[in-house]
Amino acid sequence: MLHINCPFCGLRAQKEFAYGGDATVKRPEINKEVSKEEWDNFVYMRKSPRGKHIELWHHISGCRQWFKVQRDTATHEIFKTAKMSEEIV
Amino acid sequence: MRQSHRLNNIGLINRDKVITFNFNGKSYQGYEGDTLASALLANGVHLVGRSFKYHRPRGFIGAGVDEPNAKLQVTINGHSEPNINATEIELVEGLSATSQNCWPSVEFDIGAINNFLKRFFPAGFYYKTFMWPKSFWYKVYEPFIRKAAGLGVASLEKDKERYEHKFEYCDLLVTGSGPSGLASAYAAAKNGAKVILAEDKPRYGGTLLTDDVSIDNMSGKDWSEKIISELKKMPNVTLKNRSQVFGYYDHNMMVMFERVGDHLSNKSKYTPRQRLWYIRAKETILSTGSIERPIVFGNNDTPGVVLSSAAKEYMKVYGVLVGRKPIIFTNNDSAYETAFEFKKNNVEPIILDTREEHDSEVVQEAKNKGIQIKFSYGVIVANGYKKVKSAKIGKLTKDKKSFESTETIKCDCICVSGFWTPTVHLASQSGNKLKFDEKIDAFIPDKSKQKEKTIGAANGSFTLQETIESGFKTGSELSSKITDKNNENKIPTVTETKYSVHDKFWCMPLPKNENPKRFVDFQNDVAVSDIEIALREGYRSIEHVKRYTTLGMATDQGRTSNLNGLQMVSNIENKIVPEVGHTTFRPPFTPITIGTIVGREVGMEFMPTRKTPMHEWHEKNNAVFVDAGAWKRPRYYKKGNETLLEASKREAKNVRENVGICDVTTLGKIDIKGPDAAEFLNRVYTNAWLKLPVGKARYGVMLREDGMIMDDGTTTRISENHYHMTTTTAQAANVLSHLEYYLQIVWPELNVNVVSTTEQWAGAAIAGPKSRDMLSKLFPDLDVSNEALPFMGYIESNLFGVPARIFRISFSGELAYEVNVESNYGLFMWEKMMEIGREFNNQPYGTEALSTLRIEMGHVAGPELDGRTIPQDVSLDGLVSKKKDFIGKNSLGKDAFVLENRQKIVGLVPTDRKSSIPEGSHLVENEKAKLPNPKLGHVSSSCWSVENNNPFSLAIVNDGKNMIGKKLFAVSPLKNTSIEVEIISSHYVDPEGKRVRS
Ligand SMILES: [Zn+2]
Repeated sequence: MLHINCPFCGLRAQKEFAYGGDATVKRPEINKEVSKEEWDNFVYMRKSPRGKHIELWHHISGCRQWFKVQRDTATHEIFKTAKMSEEIV
Repeated sequence: MRQSHRLNNIGLINRDKVITFNFNGKSYQGYEGDTLASALLANGVHLVGRSFKYHRPRGFIGAGVDEPNAKLQVTINGHSEPNINATEIELVEGLSATSQNCWPSVEFDIGAINNFLKRFFPAGFYYKTFMWPKSFWYKVYEPFIRKAAGLGVASLEKDKERYEHKFEYCDLLVTGSGPSGLASAYAAAKNGAKVILAEDKPRYGGTLLTDDVSIDNMSGKDWSEKIISELKKMPNVTLKNRSQVFGYYDHNMMVMFERVGDHLSNKSKYTPRQRLWYIRAKETILSTGSIERPIVFGNNDTPGVVLSSAAKEYMKVYGVLVGRKPIIFTNNDSAYETAFEFKKNNVEPIILDTREEHDSEVVQEAKNKGIQIKFSYGVIVANGYKKVKSAKIGKLTKDKKSFESTETIKCDCICVSGFWTPTVHLASQSGNKLKFDEKIDAFIPDKSKQKEKTIGAANGSFTLQETIESGFKTGSELSSKITDKNNENKIPTVTETKYSVHDKFWCMPLPKNENPKRFVDFQNDVAVSDIEIALREGYRSIEHVKRYTTLGMATDQGRTSNLNGLQMVSNIENKIVPEVGHTTFRPPFTPITIGTIVGREVGMEFMPTRKTPMHEWHEKNNAVFVDAGAWKRPRYYKKGNETLLEASKREAKNVRENVGICDVTTLGKIDIKGPDAAEFLNRVYTNAWLKLPVGKARYGVMLREDGMIMDDGTTTRISENHYHMTTTTAQAANVLSHLEYYLQIVWPELNVNVVSTTEQWAGAAIAGPKSRDMLSKLFPDLDVSNEALPFMGYIESNLFGVPARIFRISFSGELAYEVNVESNYGLFMWEKMMEIGREFNNQPYGTEALSTLRIEMGHVAGPELDGRTIPQDVSLDGLVSKKKDFIGKNSLGKDAFVLENRQKIVGLVPTDRKSSIPEGSHLVENEKAKLPNPKLGHVSSSCWSVENNNPFSLAIVNDGKNMIGKKLFAVSPLKNTSIEVEIISSHYVDPEGKRVRS
């Protein structure tokens, strides 16, 4: 079981969280024209990298905040977590 | 009763407490502190089971977790469990055990015929034989394999025992209380670290209990007791015996099971049988020691062949002799200690040492003690069927591939030692890539992957000096990183025998003209010949050899067999062992019970039960409940002998004719506040929300980004910047997460807050033509006329002093209202409604009537909004704004979504107007067509229309728009029905929606 550092609550067990997918995907802006391809990429296309990956987690049984986790998908090592307003570089 | 093989003056058992137990129907006695294995051996019982494939007689080989054979069916306190390791379970009064895998008895087992047919059961037998014909698999092969492979019987009774889970955090977890574990735990504790020391066995000390060593002029055992008593006094230390860390998971989480109750004869009702610990440790020390491996020889599975370390442990810990005429068969020095222990107890051993004429401290000592040693010798074949009677031994030639001479000597046990294998399972599980240590012919941990450090014998250090030193050093270093303290440790002085180099020899050659089985894996009956076959047939990867032969795949995870198997493969392949590699170690290290994994989460504790504030009333009034997620909802209120259908018809009919009330507390409710709330709703829902006035409700549909409907419900504008959203019961949690996702991630600039208020409000729907009359009596001071409170209107008022929210919304299609009060007043509201509604013939109605009402109205719900429908599929395209953008809008333009003949919701009636149509039925044109019969759609919801008094269903059908008036068949292979149906509009009752506005 992973040990995840919620930027608001601190280190908590994985069972308090829900996984939310790739954090680098950006939704096309609302009320703006968007090409079919751009939209389909947003809805359907996801990379499945082996190694470092920035992903979304939701602290559902805690503060209910969504935040970013930089994790190695092969080893599960977590390098950093950050609030949505912060960047992981 | 005499215990024939019990020694008088040795052992750590309590001779004052005699324990009577039963084995295979016979009564025996042992002592408190015995394991089932030691007690049986004390009574001279070696034969305990039959082997997996060939049903060969089997006895004890080890004295602990290393045991591959002695898996018994054990009953304690009436609870029976299979595959219990006799070497690990402690003896308690009333324990009863039976052998497995034998019929009619372990002494005479019919399955042993397999032993004489063994040429027909080689490696890969199952794969080759049970391949074809395919149709035989289900009825012939599988039952045969199941029966033949049956090791023990799972109890059919409910497990009445109690199991618990515990979560723990610590600075340092030490796994194993041998010399290195004790030293490191002690050093870390002295530095103030929070330490957990886990020991699998009942007694702490590991090899210190059996090795002839001294530490600071104390015996190993006394030193270990001294350290333990000091650790016990320290508040920062948790000592756990009977506790095995069996799994090493991510982020330094270890899982351990503790045997809490099995060894207690009078445990209280509240004492759990076992406890599962989830331990998150900052640092971990793996001091799991090593396990002796056997040397492979002919019929080496005969009862009476034991590991030399086990023979010593049975003497020193349990005061039990495994035999009175032992052969010690070894390739190294350590087994000599077993010979000395026999000698000390007046038993004359003979040592066969595969090494050529050899000199070392122990050899000298043996000679001084007058023990006979034969160098270059080994056991070729063990003779005897149910017990060793003699052994054919031989002098090995220089190349050790044949014999110079052979002879047969009498013996009653063979204590074998093929050197030591570090227990690296936990290290491997942590992600540590193991490396091969040629000095000891075994794998040891390489670079740490997590916060783990392996020390002592588990790391390949086989001297006490090294082990104790590394224990103190590592314990001190790891803890001072955490506590910043650095207590000086005086490393104790150690006296031990120095061992010389072992012989890299692991398998005896076959004698001329004889072909006895030489077993590598005892538990799975894998012999040298099986591995040879696998390689001959082309299997090369060790993982494939493992699966083809089943080598190391039994519950003992190949603890005694892995390395010998690898040696075998590498010899044949002319490779070195590290090139062959090793198979993967997986948790659990030893089998654990399902009960331990489940813990307290059984029965009512499996998941929380959510009850509405009116639940008690429903119960008292004969409600039959249905699960809606974790909620309990009344399905119908049973009157007399009514069936479900009769009751739901009565309740629904009463709504259509009079008035009914329904507990709708379980609907998801989300409070939405903020200056941008209207803009947010406008983006979340497909329809327009900016102009909804205060005091009005609106029905809305929300989509996922892929265009599929996510949920529907009404949202009411309570005040300028305050909305009350309702969701379906099932989607409540998902919708909240969905809203939070958009507010926190996608549009953080929107100033809006959302919070779930599902449990804060109790809700009741009042539906039916008389609902307004009833409402006016409930709120006598309130103007509830159609003008003052029109359809989709909202008013706040008070219900006999209790603040209430009144929504004029309808799910039933009738004139209807929903009243919400604070949860604590839910029951009060309900009882008032029942009381005041009496004069209007009010009746409560459950979810079944609720469904009936909405289905015949053509209102969609969960079965239609199944994640595969877009708004126009369910005729909600009128709610999709063409002007504004919203979540999922761009997807609605997809080619497949704008097809003319797309699926659409329709209504169905059986042509006979009688047959109910099972939900989930497929719609086909020709019921008798050959399979695969093209499916044109499916039945999503079915009811008995109370308005028209015949069955009615909703269905999603291809090209539904153009199918009205056609006839199809609704077939259900599951229910074995085929019903001719006519396709009609989905709005079966009041298609113009006049009633809700009346
Ligand atoms: Zn949090």
